[in-house]
Amino acid sequence: MFKVIDSAVPIACWSCSIGHNDSTLFCPHCSKIQPPPGGDYFSVFSLEPKLNLDLPALEHEFHRLSRKLHPDRFARAEENEKQWSLADTALLNDAYRTLKDPIRRTEYLLKLLGAEIGEDTSQAHSGHDRKDPSRVPADLLEEVFELNMQLEEMRSARKSGVEDSALHVSLEQAKRKFDVLLEAVDEDLHTEWKEWDEGDRATRGAAQKKLVALLDRRRYLSNLVRDVNEVLGA
Amino acid sequence: MAEGRVVGIDLGTTNSLVAYMEGDTPVVIPGVDGSNLVPSVVALDSIPVPIPADGYRPTVTVGNSARKALIETPERVIYSVKRLMGRGLEEIQEELKLFPFHLASDTEAGEVPRIQLGELRFTPPEISAYILRQLKRNAERFFSAPVTQAVITVPAYFNDAQRQATKDAGRMAGLEVLRLVNEPTAAALAYGLDRAKSGTIAVYDLGGGTFDISILKLRDGIFEVQSTNGDTHLGGDDIDNLLLAIALNEIHAEHGVDLRQHPGAVQAVRKAAIEAKVLLSAEPMARFDIELPNGDRYQRDIPRAVFELLIEPVLKRTVGPCKQALADAGITPEQIDEVVLVGGSTRIPAVRRLVDELFHLTARGRRPHTELNPDEVVALGAAVQANILAGTSKSTEELLLLDVTPLSLGIEALGGTVARIIQRNSTIPASATEHFTTGVDGQTNVAIHVVQGERELAADCRSLARFDLKGIPPMSAGLPRIEVKFLIDADGILHVSAREQRSGTAAQIEVKPTYGLTDEQVESMILESFDHAEEDFAKRLLIEARNEAETILAAVERAPQNPAWNQLTSDEKSAIKLAGVYLKKVKHSDNAAAIREATLILDHATRRFAELMMEAAVSSALRGKTMNIAGEELAETVTAPHAMAPAEFK
Repeated sequence: MFKVIDSAVPIACWSCSIGHNDSTLFCPHCSKIQPPPGGDYFSVFSLEPKLNLDLPALEHEFHRLSRKLHPDRFARAEENEKQWSLADTALLNDAYRTLKDPIRRTEYLLKLLGAEIGEDTSQAHSGHDRKDPSRVPADLLEEVFELNMQLEEMRSARKSGVEDSALHVSLEQAKRKFDVLLEAVDEDLHTEWKEWDEGDRATRGAAQKKLVALLDRRRYLSNLVRDVNEVLGA
Repeated sequence: MAEGRVVGIDLGTTNSLVAYMEGDTPVVIPGVDGSNLVPSVVALDSIPVPIPADGYRPTVTVGNSARKALIETPERVIYSVKRLMGRGLEEIQEELKLFPFHLASDTEAGEVPRIQLGELRFTPPEISAYILRQLKRNAERFFSAPVTQAVITVPAYFNDAQRQATKDAGRMAGLEVLRLVNEPTAAALAYGLDRAKSGTIAVYDLGGGTFDISILKLRDGIFEVQSTNGDTHLGGDDIDNLLLAIALNEIHAEHGVDLRQHPGAVQAVRKAAIEAKVLLSAEPMARFDIELPNGDRYQRDIPRAVFELLIEPVLKRTVGPCKQALADAGITPEQIDEVVLVGGSTRIPAVRRLVDELFHLTARGRRPHTELNPDEVVALGAAVQANILAGTSKSTEELLLLDVTPLSLGIEALGGTVARIIQRNSTIPASATEHFTTGVDGQTNVAIHVVQGERELAADCRSLARFDLKGIPPMSAGLPRIEVKFLIDADGILHVSAREQRSGTAAQIEVKPTYGLTDEQVESMILESFDHAEEDFAKRLLIEARNEAETILAAVERAPQNPAWNQLTSDEKSAIKLAGVYLKKVKHSDNAAAIREATLILDHATRRFAELMMEAAVSSALRGKTMNIAGEELAETVTAPHAMAPAEFK
């Protein structure tokens, strides 16, 4: 189900030639920096894949590894060590950035599990299919259509320099409503994280499906809230 | 060789500095004239030189002496070149309208723009290289040893091309650039060095030409940047230009003289505008008093209130970036523990009021940090970072800087939209991997357009490069799977590598960026390859030492004609004479250190004489002349220790 973290075939350390598995940033024998290991982001921090993480511990480990790996520590090293320091630190930073954010972490884990995630968070701003009606959560269809009409009205009113205060008030109300919905999604996500982390194979499978659906819903809602904020804040 | 000193350099829009760590303390290295600041001004020698042949370089002066040439030969002087670094032809057209210099007429689109300076043409990195070389020489003179490695600071909001151009300049100046450090981060390092603090810091950096805001979290010696924002074309220059425009318009309207036709006169007015601006930070009123070419005088009072009204739109432009940086860091102004002010423009009281309001400082009983000289703090921080990289000092071994990329990196997708691959404010180094394929059977090339910026359409972002992936094995359309890895290194510079995975053979894909200077171009512009300073280092030190000795000896020769001479005791006079005789003798030896030592002895002996002369000049100034003229006369007459010694040698 996961990528193999520990390679069965040991790799010889470039410096001391003693074999070690490929999931390590430093040679366990001579402590020299190694090329980027092949494992996933969790293994960078020597963690089991979990959705609930101890964030202060994660930050502490991030700082500890940064001190050892950062290119600043290799400014006058040999070219190969410089290159590995750069690649390893990029991996460390990418891993930390992904794991410290609960939504990115969830998406990442689901992708590792082979799930299809609708839209990458990294492309959330690219403007694609934000308005794709087929992606509107079914129970919100009516409200979303109404909200979109109000947003359009507000934008065109703005363009002609008119300030419609009644419209403003009703948009504020809609925003509060969607904020509450968003909070509810986050609560549900927490529940499913726990389910997944502590569950057996069967419960994990069920939790995984729910997580995918919750992430889709959350993405949709947060895009909406952002649109409303943009119009209100303008 | 690798164990030489690493210096920290602040390559500023207006002034540049070089600093190093003396024990646990960062210190700025002064130039020959004793000044810590080297004005970022480069001038061609005023004597026209013949058309350059291969291997020929003109005589170039940098710093204060170049600044003087600004009024006499403005067409041979360039300043604020940082504003042009890493920018394309179209981008700098507007910018250049404000400057007396102009583009070389034969500059072609897509080429790195070249500036016409007298009869020669230079790219912005070459001009910056001259400034860097001067700083390198100042440091070498100071250490009496070669300096080959440096940390150079750049505005946090500099994009990839601007960073690459800065690195190129370092190479041309004969410096290995170990790291580019963001200016606000460097400032935080300078402030955070002596205190093992924890907390959240905002650095507000309004310099000569750029504005940066950075928010950092400090913990156990780790400086972790949370977010950064800014404007690479916002700074003191914009304020100068406002004052300049007012003066020029009024002179035109009231006296019928269009000074814009006279570059030298415009520079004189600019100088007056800068002086007025500086004065208004301390005084409630400044005054323009300028003699016009037709003999008229343009006089105008500028009350501080009027000045503040005038510059308000400029200052307001810093508000948006600050709010965005706070939002990106996910914090409120109240969560900022400390605010650090950097850059000369933060001396303006209106700027300080704005910062106070932005971060609710007075309301929380706090004050911004201004203990370190805002002109020097970035260089001091660069010296700290240089020390971290050298890895030779206990005082910095626990420190580590984790910086971020200021702009999102994206690739142009179908329909001209941007697919973000690395978000802004990601800790660097950072990487992203994307997969591409072909659209046509047998296609062996794929072009990828990489952009930097936050807008949704590629056309609205800064086009970074079009990468051509070449050498893809010919296959049916859609079959190749080309893995492209984008890596932003610790300098904030992008590297792209690619490989084709489907063919099984690790096909070598060539990645060719299409901007900036090529390696070969940079190579051909390396200054050291022309003047061979590297191998002639000892010779150069000797020449410099002799020049300094000549300067001070000439001043001593003239001393008895000065009325101040008679105020000296006979002991003082004989000490000066003795030291002079000694220096004259040593000067002819090949020992640079001995010459310098003898120079210092003579310098010391003449100190009281210099003071007396200074006093006399000041009192004569108070008897009528403006302080300004007196100041300039002082600079010319008081030659002890050795003011205005040539910054360049032949």
